[in-house]
Formats: sequence, C-alpha cells, structure tokens
Amino acid sequence: MMTAIPVTNYRIASGLGLVAIASFLFAYIQPPLYRAFCEWTGIYDVQKADEFRASATVGRPITMEFDANTHGTGLRFTALQTSLPMHTGELVQVNFRVENLSNHSITGQAVPSYGPKHAANFVKKLDCFCFRQQVFAPGEVRVMPVVFALDRNLPSDIGTVTLSYTFFEVPGGVGSSNNTGSAANGASTSGSGI
Amino acid sequence: MQASHDTHDHAHGDHGDHAHHGRAPGLMGWFTTTNHKDIGTMYLWFSFVMFLVGGAMSLVIRGELFAPGLQYVSPEFYNQMLTLHALIMVFGAIMPAFVGFANWMIPMMVGAPDMAFARMNNWSFWLLPPAAILLTGSLFVPGGAAGTGWTLYPPLSVQMGLGMDMAIFAVHILGMSSIMGSINIITTILNMRAPGMTLMRMPMFCWTWLVTAFLLIASMPILAGAVTMLLTDRHFGTSFFNAAGGGDPVLFQHIFWFFGHPEVYIIALPAFGVVSHVIPAFSRKHLFGYTSMVYAIAAIGLISFFVWAHHMYVTGIPLTGQLYFMYATLLIAVPTGVKVFNWITTMWRGELTFETPMLFALGFLFLFTVGGLTGLVLAITAVDIQLQDTYYVVAHFHYVMVAGALFSAYAGAYFWLPKWTGRMYDEALGKVHFWTSIVFFNVAFFPQHFLGLAGMPRRIPDYATQFTDFNAVSSIGAFGFGFSQLIFLWVVLKNIKGGEAAPVKPWDGATGLEWTLPSPVPYHTFEDPPVITEEHLAAAH
Repeated sequence: MMTAIPVTNYRIASGLGLVAIASFLFAYIQPPLYRAFCEWTGIYDVQKADEFRASATVGRPITMEFDANTHGTGLRFTALQTSLPMHTGELVQVNFRVENLSNHSITGQAVPSYGPKHAANFVKKLDCFCFRQQVFAPGEVRVMPVVFALDRNLPSDIGTVTLSYTFFEVPGGVGSSNNTGSAANGASTSGSGI
Repeated sequence: MQASHDTHDHAHGDHGDHAHHGRAPGLMGWFTTTNHKDIGTMYLWFSFVMFLVGGAMSLVIRGELFAPGLQYVSPEFYNQMLTLHALIMVFGAIMPAFVGFANWMIPMMVGAPDMAFARMNNWSFWLLPPAAILLTGSLFVPGGAAGTGWTLYPPLSVQMGLGMDMAIFAVHILGMSSIMGSINIITTILNMRAPGMTLMRMPMFCWTWLVTAFLLIASMPILAGAVTMLLTDRHFGTSFFNAAGGGDPVLFQHIFWFFGHPEVYIIALPAFGVVSHVIPAFSRKHLFGYTSMVYAIAAIGLISFFVWAHHMYVTGIPLTGQLYFMYATLLIAVPTGVKVFNWITTMWRGELTFETPMLFALGFLFLFTVGGLTGLVLAITAVDIQLQDTYYVVAHFHYVMVAGALFSAYAGAYFWLPKWTGRMYDEALGKVHFWTSIVFFNVAFFPQHFLGLAGMPRRIPDYATQFTDFNAVSSIGAFGFGFSQLIFLWVVLKNIKGGEAAPVKPWDGATGLEWTLPSPVPYHTFEDPPVITEEHLAAAH
C-alpha cells in the first residue's frame, strides 16, 4: 500500500544522502589528511626508536673520512668535512655541498660506496640526500645532510671508514619536469608515514 | 488494533489494481511489490540462496584442503573460490538476511504501516540479483573471477582481468542498495513510529538497526570510493595505488579498512538485536539493562570507525600508531562486554526453556564470545605480527561471522517464522538443525586455531604435511556443517506447506507490537497507528 510520503521523510532522506556523498569524497581526501596528520604529530618516522638507541651509549673511537665526486654531470659536488673523529654508536650529521654549474636543471642521484667494503653493513643512515633523486635548478647551490651512526658491532680491525658519494645524472629522470619530481618525492616520503 | 482490510483511504490511483488487496498475481507481483513484508521475504530467500552458493564455494576450498598437495582445483581457481565465497557471504548472504529481518520486523515493531519509501525499498532489493549475477558470472569470463581475497588489495587487483571489473561493479551496486535500504530504515525509525513509541521504548532490534544504518551510510561510500580508485587505476591512467606513479598500495588498505571495520559491526549489531529479543522471550524476563544496551550499541558503532589499522600492523605503520590502534581495539571489548553480561544477566533466575530460537541464541552467545576473545588476542600488536594472515584469523572471524551473525539470523528466523507463515515449524527438526550445526561448526573451525598458531597461512591451496590431520578434521566438519544447513531449508519448506496453526503469540515470554498481530500477519498492518501500552513493549524497563 502506498500512502502520501510526508515532507519530513524527504528531509531526512536528503540529509542522509548528503552524508553518503560526503563519505565518498572522504575516501579521496584521505591521502592529504594522513600526510597532514602524520606531519603534525611527527609519528611517521619509523626509524625514530633506533635513533635514540644509537645515541644512548657510545662505543670505541674511530675516524670517518668523506669523499665526493661526480660522474659526467654539470655539478660541482664537495664534502664540507673531509675527516671526522667520532665514536661508534654516536649519531652524527655531516653536510655535502652541490652546485649546478650548467644553465639547465639537472636531476641527479648520489650513490654511496664504502671503504673498506664490508663496513657498509655497519653504517646506519637515518636520513640521506642519497635516498632520493635530487633536482637542481640552473646555478643552484645546495647543502645536503647525511645523518648516520656507526654500529657498535663494527669489526675491531677497522680503524677508519671512508664514505664516498658519486653523483650520477638521471637521464630524462623524474626531474625533467620539476613538478613531477617533487610530487614523487613527497609521495615516497609520506609512503613510510602511512 | 489494525485497520480492516477493506479500508481504502489512500491515494494509490497510480498504482493500478493490486494496491488494494495484495501484490499482483504471478511473478510480476514480486517485481512490482512495494510491501515491506514481500520485500522482506525476497531479501530472506535471496540471502539463503546466496548462502548456499557461497557455502558450496567454501566446500570447494575445504575439499582441496582435505589433504596436502593439489587435488581438485588449480591455485588460481582456489583463489577465485575464496574471494567469491567471502564477497558472497558478506554482501550476498549475511547483510541481505538482516535487511530482510529489518524490512519484515521494523514497521511491525514501531507500529508503522510500511517502510518510509516503499518504492525505493523495491529498488534496493532488485539491485541485488544483478550484483549476484555479476559476481557469480565473473567465474565464466576469460581470466576468471577476482582472486584477490575479499579485501581486493592492489597491486594484484590492479592487474587482474575482466572478472575484477565485474566484482568492482557488483560492489558499487551492492553499496547503492545498502545505502538506499539504510536511508529507508533510518527514516522509518525516526519518523514513522506510532504515538507513544519513544526512542527509549523502542525494541532493541530497531536500535541496533538504527546504528547499523548510520554505519552503512557513512562507510559503504568509502568502499565505493576505494573500488572507484581501483577502477580508474586499472583503466583511466590514475596512480592512486601505483608506486611508480607516485601512489601507494598501502593507501588502499587504509581506505578499505576504514570501511571494513565498521562493516564488521554492520554485520554484528543486527545480530545483537535479534538475540536481545530471543533471550528475554525464552527467559520470560525483560531485557536486563536496556539503557546500557542502547549506549553500548552507540559506543560500538562510534569506536568502530577508529580502529581500522589493527588489520594493518605489518604494513610498517609507526609504533605510536600500532599502540594507539591496539588500545582503541581493546576498548571495544568494554561495550561488547556490557552486552554479553546483560544477556547473561537477563537469563539469571529466568524461567528458561530451550526451543530452537533460544538454542541458536545461546549458541550465538557462547561462540560469539569465543570469537570475540580471539579478536582480543589478535588486537595485541606483538601477537598479531605472528598471527597475521594465518588460519588463526580465519578461525577468529568465522566464530564471529558464522556462529555470531548466522546463528543469530537462525534464531530470528525460527523465532518469527510462526508469525510470518502462521504455522509452527517442526521443533524436532529445528533442534536437529541446531545440534548438527553447532557440533560441525566447532569441528570445522576450532582446529583452525591450532593450525594458525602453528603457522599455516591462509589463502594458500597447499600446506606443509604436519598440518594434514587438523585440516582433514576441519574439512569433515565443514562438509557436515554445509549439509546440515539443508535441514533448515527442509524446515522452512515443510512449514510453508503445512503444520500446526500458530497462535497470536506462540512464545509466552515474547513482548513487542508484532505479537499483537494475528498469525499469519495480514498483508497490511498498522494502517492506523496502534495504541502503545506498556505490555506491548519489548523494551519495557
């Protein structure tokens, strides 16, 4: 049987319909919401627990040496500190400088190497410019950090560890258009957050 | 109490000849009916048919798992079976079953003549068969059905064939149907209650459905959003879940489970509602702690939106997040515990009898609590990292879905069947149905706890040989459980054909407006609002 449907019923129904539409849109605004929330609270850094553990106690003294070179790019790449006396287990930050000598933008990726080779497993990097591709505007100068600690289990026969970076140009890389590059970087950063 | 049949006081000229006395004759009548009882019946039959289809698929799974090695089906087909089994059981069987109960009972419980939007009600139901055809039909397209599991995780779901598109489209249709059904239920409950039927006098089943309908309206569109993103990722070049394009596959899990966890309570809450009617009726007492039950339902509904990532402990979410989601999940045990203790207290010093509805309600209470307890175990992050994607999880959610939701639906069906058909069902057969169900259910699913603890992964058609014995036992239980359900079909068909006439109130402890109506219920009821008196109210304090 059908009776006339009262107006108030339609009012409730349209309100509920709006809730449904809002929920649908909510699915689409989740990524920016997550990003904002994680940055606001700072909970997205999965590595944080390790950082505290690294700085809690320090081990034996050791010398770190830093080296920087490029492989056929228009970049000038230098280590701001070439040698650093430190301890295993100690969290340190060193800076590297890049200057784009060319008149076009360059996308580069730094690749690390270690001396001696088996020291690689004991260099614990919390943050590094080498984690992602970097886009340099023409003439840009940028100072970029590496944050790391040396594992206290570093074999005792190693007295000096050399950390060397080589910058390679990424041909037609994400940086060929600046926007895409930074969007991809943003997404991969937040990827660990969500 | 209800208007006589020949009163026609309403404008239904547009509605042709059948509006006055019942639905049009023949099949067309079922297509065009706007009567809440007809639509409720169709929902219930549809859900039972889908239950048998989904059940048959689970027997393919258990048949394959009876022994280690690959016996009967290919791994691809096995994956399709477990995906369709879950999608069909969740969206085709359990949800429509409780919508069927809602259609049948809510207007009769609140003293309304029909649902608020009767035509939309017809449409909500008739969207279901196309969705069911899409889901089952996808087995026969090139590449077969979706084989991702019901969670449809990318990247696999982005890569699959046509069957995946059909599943996505089916989910869209089912979502629309649920949203329309929910709008109908909320409007009916908020606007069409008889004078004197205040919200806090309302039967518990109506309360559970009111909260459930809100959960549906808020969460189903989020699933629709997630599968729409999948669809555009598949065909229109977007990269929501594609890491190469700046997206993130884990994003899908967040969106899916933001829908998926409320969905768990969408299934559980109406089950709580049915049990809150059956246990008081057979204890011959009023429901204990009515007000606390209402608040517990609302609390469960609210918290269910804030615990989604407990399905995602191993995706690399931060420690802070793991701790938050663990504590929030454990918090749900508080309102759920309130409900369980209230049911137990309702039985305390009651005059209990154990007819079939009560047996199923007690089976629900016992086994749902077991499932809830394993849920608490899984909520603990440190434990879950070990148990993620093992058979322990499978055992856990079958205890809450089958022994919880399904047993409650059976309790409701046996409870209200005499009211619907006007005849008593065969009590002896009903008891056989209960005892075979509960025994075989435990034979099927209890060993899966051990398999999971020992590390057997879910969704894999083969397993290491040390799992053989428990798997064989589990398969025997599954087949026993599956065939036991045919007893229910027999009971219902026998009941429709004949049987002892049911009195107006076949259960002497039952309360509520529906028991003031004759058995079987006339086609039109409460065309004039009833007078609400204390003894009508299931919710009396």
